[in-house]
Amino acid sequence: MTVAPMNDATSLTLPRRVSVLSWSPARLVEWGARHGAPWLVPLLLLALWQLGASLGAIPPNVAPSPVDVAKAFGRLTASGELLSNIEISFLRALGGLLVGGSLGFALGLANGLSPGSERLLDSTVQMIRTVPHLALIPLVILWFGIEEDAKLFLVGLGVLFPVYINTFHGIRTVDAQLVEMARSYDMSGFELFRRVIFPGALPSIFVGLRYAIGIAWLTLIVAETIAAQSGIGYMAMNARDFMQVDVIVVAIIVYALLGKAADSLVRRLERSYLGWHAAFRDRN
Amino acid sequence: MSLPRREHQDRAADEDNRGVAISIDGLARSFGAQAVLEGIDLKIEAGSFVAVVGRSGCGKSTLLRLLVGLDQPTSGSVRFSDPVTGAAVAGAGRIMFQEARLLPWAKVLENVEVGLGRRRSLPTARAAASATLAAVGLEGRENDWPGVLSGGQRQRVALARSLVSAPDFLALDEPFGALDALTRIEMQTLLEGVWLDQGFTALFVTHDVAEALTLADRVILLEDGRVALDQVVDLPRPRRRGSVDLALLEEQILKAILGSERVRPEYEI
Repeated sequence: MTVAPMNDATSLTLPRRVSVLSWSPARLVEWGARHGAPWLVPLLLLALWQLGASLGAIPPNVAPSPVDVAKAFGRLTASGELLSNIEISFLRALGGLLVGGSLGFALGLANGLSPGSERLLDSTVQMIRTVPHLALIPLVILWFGIEEDAKLFLVGLGVLFPVYINTFHGIRTVDAQLVEMARSYDMSGFELFRRVIFPGALPSIFVGLRYAIGIAWLTLIVAETIAAQSGIGYMAMNARDFMQVDVIVVAIIVYALLGKAADSLVRRLERSYLGWHAAFRDRN
Repeated sequence: MSLPRREHQDRAADEDNRGVAISIDGLARSFGAQAVLEGIDLKIEAGSFVAVVGRSGCGKSTLLRLLVGLDQPTSGSVRFSDPVTGAAVAGAGRIMFQEARLLPWAKVLENVEVGLGRRRSLPTARAAASATLAAVGLEGRENDWPGVLSGGQRQRVALARSLVSAPDFLALDEPFGALDALTRIEMQTLLEGVWLDQGFTALFVTHDVAEALTLADRVILLEDGRVALDQVVDLPRPRRRGSVDLALLEEQILKAILGSERVRPEYEI
């Protein structure tokens, strides 16, 4: 929890997006401390790395200097190679997430709402879940080759379970007293779902989504390094063949940035849809 | 107070015509071998305020749940009837619980709208909810999340939700049990006010005999699933807390509740 010093009561009522220019120096420092702090450690590490590379302590074939990485980044961006690979990887992750996520969500809904469906399907889902989906890669290559279907299948499979489990759990743990209250006011069917069950399950569904995004990237990296002809993972593997360590590092950084961006997006969604929940209220 | 009045407003002044009469015949409910209610017979006058007291586990809550249809009796029947024509009417009872049970993801106003039942999607819902919210003293809190309200305010929202449909019958299951003493007095006054204003039939379950006596026309003591005492409280309103009449009645009812188990102290002063 961020404990921002709020000495004067007026700061509570200020609009949240105030132009930096209108701020006093003290407030500017406070703003900098709040928003700059998370970047302090990464920047420090980067500086140490550059220092080590410049002094020759880190040989360039182990890790290139940040400057070299930046140059590689520029080169790859200029040639359009980086962007097209990012696009391909992004679309794969998104596709897998949509397919696997919708399936997991639908299964979670069905099993959470209907005991019959749970009896029929839950143990099957749990059995498949215990198989590490990456163990299926050899089989998937046999089935689909190294086409897009293979990546879609793997990402979808990996994403399905966290979404399923959290949707199911969210629905099952909706406050029974609220459901009883709603029923006493003649609420039933889809209205009960829309007004009570779904909003009650939403925090848990978001947890599932965040897990799923992590797994989607992980799966994609593995799949692209093993069996692909495009994408960031392929770019990194290809670079290895030519000993381009700088390109490999660029690929890793891009993965990190994309992962972070996806996570931030979900956080933003959480803040706007779970505003009622004390834990997600805007802390500003 | 400006609560939505029931349809026949011209009759509102005539107290006998508001609320429904309830007649309960041989009502029994058992859970497995455990009999919670064993044949309750009660006639509740239309528009009266009846309190049900008793120890925990005596079946008070079960009785309420049966009356509002949240549970089905093992045997016996409940009949709601129009006090004028005597014709049977469908029980349109509402229940208020000990917990406010507000939807935390719905704003206060939307929570009140839930109380309109099937009419909550009509365009008039907002206005009705607003008016009722104002009547319980929460004007201006329409767009707050329930999470920022105090316990007493949440219970006010719950009261507004149960009143917004102008029910004929309101069941209250220890609604103020979790509130602090001062808030509780405030809520009792509020409830008495809206009841006098709307004239619904009220059945109020509580474990607090003093609270029952402050509010009710009649106090019913349940013991082991049966009516053990049926006491009319014929005192003028608003009742003064701590008055001698109330104290005497309270003593009498408490004796009835505790009587069988009261042990003579070894030493008496």
